[in-house]
Amino acid sequence: MVNLEADLTPGESYTQPTREHALELLHGMLRIRRFEEKAAEVYSLGKIRGFLHLYIGEEAVAVGAMQAIGPDDAVVATYREHGHALTRGIPASVLMAEMYGKVTGCSRGHGGSMHFFDASRRFYGGYAIVGGGIPIAVGLALADKMLNQRRVTACFFGDGAVAEGEFHESMNLAALWKLPVLFLCENNLYAMGTALERYQSQTDISLKARSYNVTSMAVDGMDVLASERAARQAAETVRETGAPFLLEFRTYRFRAHSMSDPDLYRTKEEIEKWKQRDPISTFEHRLRDRGLLTDSDLSRIESEVALEITEAVEFAEAGEFEPVEDLLNDVCTPRPVQPNVSGR
Amino acid sequence: MKDAMTAVTKMTYREAIRSALREALRTDSRVFLMGEDVGRYGGAFAVSHGLLEEFGPERIRDTPLSESAFVGAGIGAALGGMRPIVEVMTVNFSLLALDQVVNNAAALRHMSGGQFSVPLVVRMATGGARQMAAQHSHTLEGWYAHIPGIKVLTPATVPDAKFMLLAALREPDPVFIFEHATLYSMEGETDDSAPPLDFTKAAVRRQGSEVSLITYGALLWKTLEAADELKKAGIDAEVIDLRCLRPLDIETILSSVSKTHRAVVIDEAWRTGSFAAEVSAQIMEGAFDDLDAPVARVCSAEVPMPYAKHLEDATLPQVSTIVEAAKRLF
Repeated sequence: MVNLEADLTPGESYTQPTREHALELLHGMLRIRRFEEKAAEVYSLGKIRGFLHLYIGEEAVAVGAMQAIGPDDAVVATYREHGHALTRGIPASVLMAEMYGKVTGCSRGHGGSMHFFDASRRFYGGYAIVGGGIPIAVGLALADKMLNQRRVTACFFGDGAVAEGEFHESMNLAALWKLPVLFLCENNLYAMGTALERYQSQTDISLKARSYNVTSMAVDGMDVLASERAARQAAETVRETGAPFLLEFRTYRFRAHSMSDPDLYRTKEEIEKWKQRDPISTFEHRLRDRGLLTDSDLSRIESEVALEITEAVEFAEAGEFEPVEDLLNDVCTPRPVQPNVSGR
Repeated sequence: MKDAMTAVTKMTYREAIRSALREALRTDSRVFLMGEDVGRYGGAFAVSHGLLEEFGPERIRDTPLSESAFVGAGIGAALGGMRPIVEVMTVNFSLLALDQVVNNAAALRHMSGGQFSVPLVVRMATGGARQMAAQHSHTLEGWYAHIPGIKVLTPATVPDAKFMLLAALREPDPVFIFEHATLYSMEGETDDSAPPLDFTKAAVRRQGSEVSLITYGALLWKTLEAADELKKAGIDAEVIDLRCLRPLDIETILSSVSKTHRAVVIDEAWRTGSFAAEVSAQIMEGAFDDLDAPVARVCSAEVPMPYAKHLEDATLPQVSTIVEAAKRLF
């Protein structure tokens, strides 16, 4: 059993961020938090249906990790991907519209909360079969290698995925073929409602990666600076070596697994203990202590975020639904009319 | 062996696939082959023999026994701009990759609102009759044909083995090719000067007027034999090779049935929920008034494939069972 409090890359050793960058990180995390709070609110009004998996509590991971991912790199995410999509630069408006099921959504309303896609930002999607996106990331990196593109594929997945065969098959393949994948494991300690130590014989995830000759490291995923620093180091290693790297973020989700989860498997005390490490409020305190954040900064950020989210909801509300006549349009790529030749 | 005056070449089904692979690898630098034992071993069915030496290990990739990872990596590589050809040794093994097939390859285009196409070709061996028993003999392409978003090809002839693969590589979406394992050594002729193939069209392999025998894959050859037997018994049978299970060329089927008024669907899969059931239902929907008899089916017995030869023979559709099924319609 791993001591989750120890054995981590300490955030304090990170070079003091510039004020500008620190405020960007805070803005990025608050944007995710407020976006999801709004999503939960409109979910309860019936505007969003289906599954809605909130990332609240884990914002430092997406915001920290994405600092290391450039526009030419690729991102593969999971069904809990609102934070990754936002941080990747997909506008909040088209994400909200997607959850409303509108044709103005990032996937034309075909995907919903779990399946955000954006080809222009190389955001290859939210995958809702646990572990199912990992082989895709390996293949994207294989294409980059074969096309001599020096890019990284960032592949997010949760601790639950580590129990899937696809994780192990993909670790092996990426290491064997030396592919530039940055595996980003968001270890929030629960596979839906089953605790890590209740489903893993070996709870040290980064150790599993090392057994496949994949370099790995664990970091405090509640600390955005530590997450950023580790991700930059890991991504740089992938770029330099062309080989895969696994970075494990030790984090925690404050909300239930999804909106339909009664959250009976965790104690209130456990959740409260983790909330003391809230990545946003702890970061705010640190910045204030260092004189990098003032009340007016915070209220400016909050009002910017509030405006963006209000506009996102307005955009989603105003959007049209895809006409039912178009239902089958995107199943296959339209084919040019071919001559009627029955063949050789 | 190439005919000097034409582009007609005699070769086996295995060589036909290899020649298509070679042509694709030579003409398109994005094409590569990966799968279990495709390289140094030369392919479990010797299809890719010699390609590693010719194209090198970057483009002829031996994979670990990780069907889900290498089919998924094929999807990712296709998204990333390559034209991967993935060989899965047999359809039974492909079940280990079904998550990637159903949830990713087939779904990605629609799920992403049309943003991502997956130009992936997956080839695999299918079918029985080689005493390979219950884990290497099954006929599951009908399951694949159930899935919207992919195309399902079943080449029965040597030219189809070659040209369907080349046509599949021109497709923007995933194509699954099912090669019946008994066909690899069959000889035939390909004609490189023939016009480009539209693989979505079924082929009438034998003209007839009294009953339509509808089949695909290796059973085409037993069905043609059955048609000869029926001729001796005074029944003029038409034989249709479906060639492509999804999309299904129902027009060719209905036009045949409206002429013959009788249909037998021959399919190596288990009867319940078989592709033959789909074809039968579509004939009922589209040509009910043309039928002089109920649509008949000849399928495999509902049993895991047994090893012993006499039991395997009893499980699979045979010339005699096809003939009997057709005669019962008169």
